[in-house]
Amino acid sequence: MIDYHFDWSVITRNWDKFTDALLLGLGLAVVSLAIGSVIGLLAAYARLSPRKWLSYLVWAYVEFIRCTPLLLLIFFLYFGLPEFDITVLDKSQSFVLSLSLYAGAYMCEVFRSGLASIPKQYVEAAKAIGLRPLQRQLYVVLPVMFRITLPAVSNNLISLFKDTSLAAAIAVPELTFTARQINANTFRVMEVWLTASGLYLVTAYVIATLLRLVERRYAAIR
Amino acid sequence: MSEPPLLQATNVRKHFGKVEVLKGIDLTMRQGQVVSLIGASGSGKTTFLRCINLLEEHDGGEILLDGDPIGYKLAGETRKRLSETKISAQRARMGMVFQQFNLFPHLTAAENVMLGLVKVQGKPKAEATDIASHWLGRVGLGERKDHYPYQLSGGQQQRVAIARAVAMQPRLLLFDEVTSALDPELVAEVLGVMQALAEAGMTMLLVSHEMLFVREVSHHVVFLDQGRVAQEGRPEDVFDHPENERLRSFLGRFHGLFGR
Repeated sequence: MIDYHFDWSVITRNWDKFTDALLLGLGLAVVSLAIGSVIGLLAAYARLSPRKWLSYLVWAYVEFIRCTPLLLLIFFLYFGLPEFDITVLDKSQSFVLSLSLYAGAYMCEVFRSGLASIPKQYVEAAKAIGLRPLQRQLYVVLPVMFRITLPAVSNNLISLFKDTSLAAAIAVPELTFTARQINANTFRVMEVWLTASGLYLVTAYVIATLLRLVERRYAAIR
Repeated sequence: MSEPPLLQATNVRKHFGKVEVLKGIDLTMRQGQVVSLIGASGSGKTTFLRCINLLEEHDGGEILLDGDPIGYKLAGETRKRLSETKISAQRARMGMVFQQFNLFPHLTAAENVMLGLVKVQGKPKAEATDIASHWLGRVGLGERKDHYPYQLSGGQQQRVAIARAVAMQPRLLLFDEVTSALDPELVAEVLGVMQALAEAGMTMLLVSHEMLFVREVSHHVVFLDQGRVAQEGRPEDVFDHPENERLRSFLGRFHGLFGR
């Protein structure tokens, strides 16, 4: 360690690989958040449904995901599904499925508490002007809920972005996997891992800052 | 007197669990009338108002708006609840203003007024914008139409809420203690708007504790006590000649403003 001599040329030579890998990770996170939000929203409504069996089904899904490691889910879907002759997914798609299911459970909890926290006066006002049930959700409940839950959604996006590093375990060429590969080829341990860490840090920080601006823009409540 | 009543409630009953809050209320309103419901808290006046546009569902009796039964139809002997879509259409014929304003917090004043015009009445956006500007002007908030609710005072919010209700050109406007949540110095601006509406011939049903206002603006006053109509009549009769013992003691609480 004491004799370690930094040679940053390895980074500049491989810079394109780093940025491609970073963008892939970002893409995986955004797509998973999008799918996970849809799952989460449907699950939140199902959780609040008067149909007990539906509510319990979603409860079981959420608790299962929250109480098992994400890596196991990734392995299970990637190695397990082909055992049932389900081979339509490539490794990136399989990972997106895992991360979406994972995100869906967390988003379900965020949206469920968001929906539950909407004062019933807003719904009554929507009823009073004659909006139909679906319209009440579309034009009043959901817009208010999205504003209330925006900070929690932002947190989830940053978590998901960092969780894309787990895709390295099934050889999806995102940042962690790529860094490990470059490291294996060049043995420039410090340069490679410091660069990868720096890229994660800067990207996550930029996302957080952008989302804070969005939150401020939509802080039109109270 | 020849035209049919705009609102006719007959023997309306409602209970929450075992507590009977409405024990058979009758009320008839004609077009252009201003009717006020007064009474102590717990007398059922707000519940009755909320039954009229189905925010609460009455358990018995009948409420007719322009002759149509609200919320239920009779299939032989049994009451059948109408579909949510039909109920929504019935609600669109009435406007309601709430104690806590209940403006949509994510929409500007103008957008609050426009939402029902566009989504319920299917008006083009340009027309809805004009209507919203017109009514916000009428309630004295033309300058504030692009403000969000949190940027407005309570009195201003309540005036937006009135504009939102009246812009839909409802057959009947319901006011549920609309000044109770306001600071005293903001009450007058809201009452002023309501008075102007009454003078313009709007049919209005109020629940209010503003007795001087009720007396001045109403054609008919109904005193509710423990879920029943205890006395009703012209405001001068109700306020100056209270026959009912409970009404006398109720009015007595208003610092000797009424009675002999």
